[in-house]
Amino acid sequence: MSATSPKDVRSQIAMVFHLDKCIGCHTCSIACKNIWTDRKGAEYMWWNNVETKPGTGYPGKWENQDIYRGGWEVTADGVRLKGAGKPKSLTNIFHSPHLPVIDDYYEPFTYKYLDLIESAAGDDQPTARPISMITGQPMDIKMGPNWDDDLSGSPDYARQDPNLERLSPGEREAMFQLERMAFFYLPRICNHCLNPACVASCPSGAIYKRGEDGIVLINQDVCRGWRMCVTACPYKKTYYNWSTGKSEKCILCYPRIESGQAPACMHSCVGRIRYLGVMLYDAAQIEAVASAPEAEVVQRQMDMLLDPFDPAVIAAAQANGVADSTIDAAQKSPVYKFVKQWHLALPLHPEFRTLPMLFYVPPLLPVMATVSQVDRGEQSRQINPVGKHWPDTWLYDTTTKELFGTIDDARFPLEYMARLFSAGDSAAIAGCLKKLMAVRLHRRRETVGDVAADTVATALADTGLTPQLAEAIYYLTSLAKFDDRFVIPAAHREQATELLEFTGDVRGATGFGFKAGSAKRGA
Amino acid sequence: MNALNVVLLVVFPYVAVIVCVFGVAYRYRRRGFSVSSLSSQFLERRQLFWGSVPFHVGILVVLFVHALAILFPGVVVTWARDPVRLLVLEVTEYVFGMSVLVGLGFLIFRRLANPRIRAVTSGMDIAVQLVLLTQVALGLWIALDFRWGYTWFAAVLAPYLWSLVQLSPETAAVFALPVTIKLHIIGAFTLVFLVPFTRLVHFVVAPLHYLVRPYQQVIWNWDRKAIRDPNTPWSRTRPVNN
Ligand code: SF4
Ligand code: SF4
Repeated sequence: MSATSPKDVRSQIAMVFHLDKCIGCHTCSIACKNIWTDRKGAEYMWWNNVETKPGTGYPGKWENQDIYRGGWEVTADGVRLKGAGKPKSLTNIFHSPHLPVIDDYYEPFTYKYLDLIESAAGDDQPTARPISMITGQPMDIKMGPNWDDDLSGSPDYARQDPNLERLSPGEREAMFQLERMAFFYLPRICNHCLNPACVASCPSGAIYKRGEDGIVLINQDVCRGWRMCVTACPYKKTYYNWSTGKSEKCILCYPRIESGQAPACMHSCVGRIRYLGVMLYDAAQIEAVASAPEAEVVQRQMDMLLDPFDPAVIAAAQANGVADSTIDAAQKSPVYKFVKQWHLALPLHPEFRTLPMLFYVPPLLPVMATVSQVDRGEQSRQINPVGKHWPDTWLYDTTTKELFGTIDDARFPLEYMARLFSAGDSAAIAGCLKKLMAVRLHRRRETVGDVAADTVATALADTGLTPQLAEAIYYLTSLAKFDDRFVIPAAHREQATELLEFTGDVRGATGFGFKAGSAKRGA
Repeated sequence: MNALNVVLLVVFPYVAVIVCVFGVAYRYRRRGFSVSSLSSQFLERRQLFWGSVPFHVGILVVLFVHALAILFPGVVVTWARDPVRLLVLEVTEYVFGMSVLVGLGFLIFRRLANPRIRAVTSGMDIAVQLVLLTQVALGLWIALDFRWGYTWFAAVLAPYLWSLVQLSPETAAVFALPVTIKLHIIGAFTLVFLVPFTRLVHFVVAPLHYLVRPYQQVIWNWDRKAIRDPNTPWSRTRPVNN
């Protein structure tokens, strides 16, 4: 894919989350919390959070940039930050008008467990009252980080989903009919964007992208708490620590990555939905891609991701200082396969124009059955009166003959998915879903055998797949082992140290790891 | 009395400035993590607007005019010789001074009344606010009581401050000033003294360089091209953020 030869090849640790596999268990969130954010001022932060869609998410309605003014917008003179930037990051410094407050997330709480033990004996059972982790005072819990899990409180949450805006009232109602009701999970972490709005908005220059692997970090010693990044990140993945007065964000477990381990959320993922690998891209195109017309953003972003097998790309990468082991990892990258080879994964809200490097395989959520009304009278009468049976008259019928008919008629309107993953391009979503369906049909024939050979052949041909490709997708989706899912470039132990320290400094030091005060006798 | 004058108006200013300069340098270099605006907007948004904006805008203008009068006393006096101009100057200064007072009042009220903000309040925060409040109140009082400050300010205060800078304090005129003005001077140096120990330090790191830096920042931990070249000496591949 080097129609024009790449000018500035860099490597980026990129990710794919396969949404069909997410079971919404929040293990990832807990793993992250335990390691990084179990601290004062960070209790409310979930660098990794899992949302139910449709839903308003965390913080509430984060996708609605009329409220939060995150991300970039295209104006007559190019692309610029919506709610921050020059000069807004300075003029809004005394009071930032679009900054979320803690109640947009939730007030962190714990319980007074000691009361259970220490209350005086009485007539009533003692209770552990909830207390605020900010003030320490008793409080009423009004919100949690996943308050709308599994569509709970739908009228307040699911129906307020900003992505429903484009749907007709009829379509919306259809989504919320009880027998059609469906949801899926959307796990989110920082996207370690190629055009990060957080970096661009920081007046102190505390946020930066690491050249070697593209991880976006906030230097805690340089951050001054001007909190513009919180406004600017359209995904609300920078968080203000109200106790230390510094902003924090997902660090992609860089200490683990540097030593060749997968980030904690990915390592612990129960559904094994997460993939991580290297992508090579042409940094010279960032600005052009970020200012492309909305309908082209996704395609242009895909085009700036380079083919790691192309000799021209390899040569350009080497000339630019990308390590051979990194190029090797890019060739084995599961992300490259999902995103570039199979076109199965799309970025979340590409219209925010930060060029996110976390891609999602949209959930197929196929209509695997139809529901119809039948008379169960006879059946009910046959059942022992003590035996449990559903007294209703609905029949859940799983014999569907349709191939792709079910995709256009999916439980989620394609339009809705398109708002999330393709800046409104329903055809791109349909393309992904049809492929996923074709792979399923193919495997169904292999394992169960109740799908006709020509049906499978048509399905594969329609989506440009071959049986081999379908097998490869199936393998990486369902069977892939740890090392297939996480291809992290050789750790370069010799250089990994240098990411933190300059080893030349400790040469001739005492050998205890101290740099300061080492006796360099006779030096 | 004279000894007290000397301690407070000559010795203390030097101490305050030295402590401020070295304290800020130390804190910036060694305790970078503690240098923050410590914004509390995240916990409370609405009241902050009515406190923070009038306070900050006001104090920037007031400090700017003070700085002008100290740095260019002659120019200011000549310019303000016309009574209309003098009136405009005094009224502007007074209006912005009031804006500081009102904003500060809001901020103090908010800090004490809002339980969430109390949770992030340190003793030093209160101390700073009280000193500021005294200082602003004194300033406004002086502006009313000793009107047309731009004339005596230029004749008495600016030379005094300059003499301090030149390390040959000329104090006679200042020692003779009314006690309110003396307190205002002492208050000012108290604030200078407090900078390295309090949240006041945030104004030292006002991020004006943002205007001239490119939007995106990429940091390479080593010179990525040189490191692949076996002929580069190691001293030139030094990590840049180290
Ligand atoms: S997702 Fe937000 S915090 Fe992460 S790199 Fe992109 S803009 Fe920055
Ligand atoms: S651990 Fe994996 S399966 Fe569980 S919620 Fe997180 S992403 Fe989904």
